[in-house]
Amino acid sequence: MNSKNSILESIKKAKLKPTPRPTLEIEHVEYENKDEQFSTVLKSVGGLASWIKSGESIENFIENNYDNLGTIATNLNLDITHIKINDIDDPHFLKDTDLSVIKGEFAVAENGAVWVREKNNKNRAIYFIARKLLILVPKGEIVDSMHEAYKRIDFKDGGFGTFISGPSKTADIEQALVIVAHGAIECKVLFV
Amino acid sequence: MTGVNFAISETGGIVVCTNEGNADLGTSLPKLHIACMGIEKIIPKLEDLSIFTRLLARSATGQPITTYTTHYHAPVRDGEMHIVIVDNGRSEILANEKYIKSLQCIRCGACINTCPIYRRSGGYSYGYTIPGPIGSTLGASHDIKKNYTLPFACSLCASCTNICPVKVDLHEQLYLHRQDVVSAGLLGKTKHRALKIATFVMKYPFLMDLSGKIARKIVPMLPRSLIYSKYNIWGKNRELPKFPKKSFKELYKERQNELKK
Repeated sequence: MNSKNSILESIKKAKLKPTPRPTLEIEHVEYENKDEQFSTVLKSVGGLASWIKSGESIENFIENNYDNLGTIATNLNLDITHIKINDIDDPHFLKDTDLSVIKGEFAVAENGAVWVREKNNKNRAIYFIARKLLILVPKGEIVDSMHEAYKRIDFKDGGFGTFISGPSKTADIEQALVIVAHGAIECKVLFV
Repeated sequence: MTGVNFAISETGGIVVCTNEGNADLGTSLPKLHIACMGIEKIIPKLEDLSIFTRLLARSATGQPITTYTTHYHAPVRDGEMHIVIVDNGRSEILANEKYIKSLQCIRCGACINTCPIYRRSGGYSYGYTIPGPIGSTLGASHDIKKNYTLPFACSLCASCTNICPVKVDLHEQLYLHRQDVVSAGLLGKTKHRALKIATFVMKYPFLMDLSGKIARKIVPMLPRSLIYSKYNIWGKNRELPKFPKKSFKELYKERQNELKK
């Protein structure tokens, strides 16, 4: 018997009683002002939310909000010196990225997270290796809670997706939350 | 190589939650990703993650969600991804009504953070890979011979049971494990005998009072070599407290009489 079958056999031997799937009948949190809630929570986990002003371009925003930027990596067609993430064969070459500009699908008001699932991105390392992250989310694409969030997510065509909530951090030492670990040291979410 | 926080039956994918981005970066640069998980990590549907992702970080550090909640349903470009599912004693726990709830654990760490013992001593001081109250019950389930002391390193205060977001009956399991340790004859002979004698004495209040009286008189007069002999395991690294002149019961009675006057 292969190991898979032997595990399944021993699970059968446990003779578990079938239990019906529980149904969720609770009212989920709803916010009067989702934008404000998102901005507050993101700030509390070390990130920053901004809304693009009328007439302002993404390039303007980058110029006005970042100093002494080195390499910018993105798959978007920005009118600013950058490298295309998808042109890089070995993701290790992305290690000197100062700012990565990526697209998020929607934001979650209750926890400051953004759902990132760029199906055409060839190097997922960019989300974690860049020093700073700038996530662009379409204005108004914001849900109240994770319950709503998962209604918008599917993996019918497989692939990769991640919720990112602020810059990287760690609480492994003395249970004290310290911002900045392996991932980005700064995370801005820009609604465009 | 990574662990797995949740595996989704419906979609055939896995979720790894980190604050650091270490697992995420570690799986994005190399071509090969091997994820190892126990059978209990599997949840039925993608939508169930809405509950678990909210529970996990809230119960761990109090964050609204972990910084990265990464969903893997495919390897990196031109790469490979393997998921290794292990049993390692879990199906035995599944078949044991007493301990089955320990498989509900999502490894948030709430029990270790609230435990008055682990809060002081930290993670790995007790020798089993998984620390905290949940490690004490899983360790005893996994190999009771090797980990028989773990269920005793607990005051049964039940703080862990009260705080557990997935309702593992932790202190009750530790209490049951103690009985298993005794039935398996793993408790040291000296401790076993001492407890037997104590049980007998405590059954009879008169005997309890009398032995207390004798002990309070005699023990302070005994030579040190006798009190701290090899049979006194408790006294190996500890000093006995000073013996009081009167017992609590005697003091209480005296006080009651005084109040009456």
